[in-house]
Amino acid sequence: MTKARIEARFAALKAENRAAFVTYVMAGDPDYATSLEIVKGLPAAGADVIEIGFPFSDPMAEGPPIQRAALRALDKGMTLARTLELVAEFRKDDQATPIIMMGYANPLVRWGYAAFARDAAAAGVDGLIAVDIPPEEAEPLADALDAADMSLIRLATPTSDDDRLKIVVRRTSGFVYYVSVAGVTGVKEADAEVVAPNVARVRVASGLPVAVGFGIKTPERAAAIARVADGVVVGSVLVDEVAAALALNESVTGRVLSKVESLAKAVASARRDSVTA
Amino acid sequence: MTLPVPPNDYAAYPDASGRFGDYGGRYVPETLMPLVHELEAAYRAAKADPAFQAELSGFLKHYVGRPSPLYFAERLTDHFGGAKIYLKREELNHTGSHKINNCMGQILLARRMGKTRIIAETGAGQHGVASATVCARFGLPCIVYMGAVDVERQKPNVFRMNLLGAQVEAVTSGSATLKDAMNEALRDWVTNVHDTYYMIGTAAGMHPYPEMVRDFQSVIGKETREQILEIEGRLPDAVVACVGGGSNAIGIFHPFLNDEGVRLYGVEAAGEGMDTDRHAAAINGGQPGVLHGNMTYLLQNPEGQITEAHSISAGLDYPGIGPEHSWLHDVGRARYLTATDAESLDAFKLCAELEGILPAIESAHALARLPEVAKEVGKGGIVVLNLSGRGDKDVATVATHLGRSI
Repeated sequence: MTKARIEARFAALKAENRAAFVTYVMAGDPDYATSLEIVKGLPAAGADVIEIGFPFSDPMAEGPPIQRAALRALDKGMTLARTLELVAEFRKDDQATPIIMMGYANPLVRWGYAAFARDAAAAGVDGLIAVDIPPEEAEPLADALDAADMSLIRLATPTSDDDRLKIVVRRTSGFVYYVSVAGVTGVKEADAEVVAPNVARVRVASGLPVAVGFGIKTPERAAAIARVADGVVVGSVLVDEVAAALALNESVTGRVLSKVESLAKAVASARRDSVTA
Repeated sequence: MTLPVPPNDYAAYPDASGRFGDYGGRYVPETLMPLVHELEAAYRAAKADPAFQAELSGFLKHYVGRPSPLYFAERLTDHFGGAKIYLKREELNHTGSHKINNCMGQILLARRMGKTRIIAETGAGQHGVASATVCARFGLPCIVYMGAVDVERQKPNVFRMNLLGAQVEAVTSGSATLKDAMNEALRDWVTNVHDTYYMIGTAAGMHPYPEMVRDFQSVIGKETREQILEIEGRLPDAVVACVGGGSNAIGIFHPFLNDEGVRLYGVEAAGEGMDTDRHAAAINGGQPGVLHGNMTYLLQNPEGQITEAHSISAGLDYPGIGPEHSWLHDVGRARYLTATDAESLDAFKLCAELEGILPAIESAHALARLPEVAKEVGKGGIVVLNLSGRGDKDVATVATHLGRSI
């Protein structure tokens, strides 16, 4: 499946004229069993694509929420190997929802790119976002993912001019992740009006669907982005729900999935609402 | 990984992609890549511009106080009874360490690039003080990220930075030391790409920093070369320097890399001992990996999570090392030794008592390996040690370890 699973999902959503709702959760946060339960519940709660973060001790592009999520996961002994186990468990019951892993280079370097790509594809992972492996350093990784039929998903950013975009979209497949703000995850807020022309630009340059993330916190914002992009990525607000549930001693899975539901509804109805409005 | 092969010309590295063999590179988020390319282009132009070099030389002479002396340490020489020992007196620079050499170069570059806001990370506070100093001199706002643990153990330097007008941000994430300060500085940079210049303090991080910082610090080795030729009429047999990120070491090593007869020794911090997990020796106790923009030796667990470094010296308390050192180690051009906290304290006291010089506790790690190096080189030989910083900032730390209250 892999690459084909991502393409099929975006094609189906396009036919329905709605944006993909992409949810990011950290593997092993707050522990392995709970995060597996959350991931298993995501499709029913409205997630069209699942991004699974694998924790790294020094996540340089993350804001405080995802930094803390990574530390919670590492404290409970989460590893890259266990992350693949989690995906394999999920895949037993769900063959349709694309899974994208997202994280940093060093755990992948330790594993070895070729071995990782092979093992990840076998577990049911469809694509990879490696935040600190830009095109200049990505050739060996792109080769490894190609061999395993996995997508390398690239980040385009507000600093990507047209020349840079050509480099960014080379060897990418599945979709392009547009980082809506210059900054770390979960801090600045994305502005749909500013994002719209950039999404169009990335779409033309890549010929691929464009999902927008970083700084989408509310159903209103998610709906606004859903009207201009092919996908809406939400992460920090979901891991914040984990933190809040732990602090209040509430059900972590319940809090996260109810947040997913409210955001998913906004994304699903965004284009209908705009037509009727 | 390709097999390490010594090159014909060490000065030809890094290559066009910012690599020293397998090490180095540009492992940064996409948001930063256009800036990293812009910085590289700006640095290339500045490096080739005689006006830039003349401006830098002028400030190094009249503001920093260069050249720093190469001093024959007669009593240390007698004490060890081996090779003649010379100290390259970087501790006599303005602000008390070699760090100012790099900061002066980078602030002039930042001005050329039209950047209006400077950020920096610091461990011991030496680079933070040097950054705050050049920012004050050129009237630019300066934000220094410093691990909360280091803020606590280097209070006088925090106050010095404040006096110089810099804002010190205490970083509480992760282990709250230098690596976390660097993470926070990178997060600031990625957020404020339009106007901000990141002044990295060591010869590590993403290309072009390892090359650029090395070039700015190479003034140490160039002067040493001229001075020893003038004094002794020949090159030294060995050069010794402490290594954390490794900027003072690469600065004194680099002009000697193509001189095969000059042995190069880096000394890593062994903390409580290499048989414990409380050390900061990336080459002697780590494996290659990717952190802070470059592929290099790192302290890490088998899963690739970065582990905490431990050293009495805040300036060496970093789980990585500059990529050129990783390469010099692999190709066998330099040897990387270690010194423990206790050995470094003894060397600190010895240098104070015999030469009347309080060395930085960082530099004391290099001093701690002098007995072996002086003996190996032998009588009639010449050893140059880079005394990279002064120890006034460490007096409280040393007192604590000696069980004294001051």
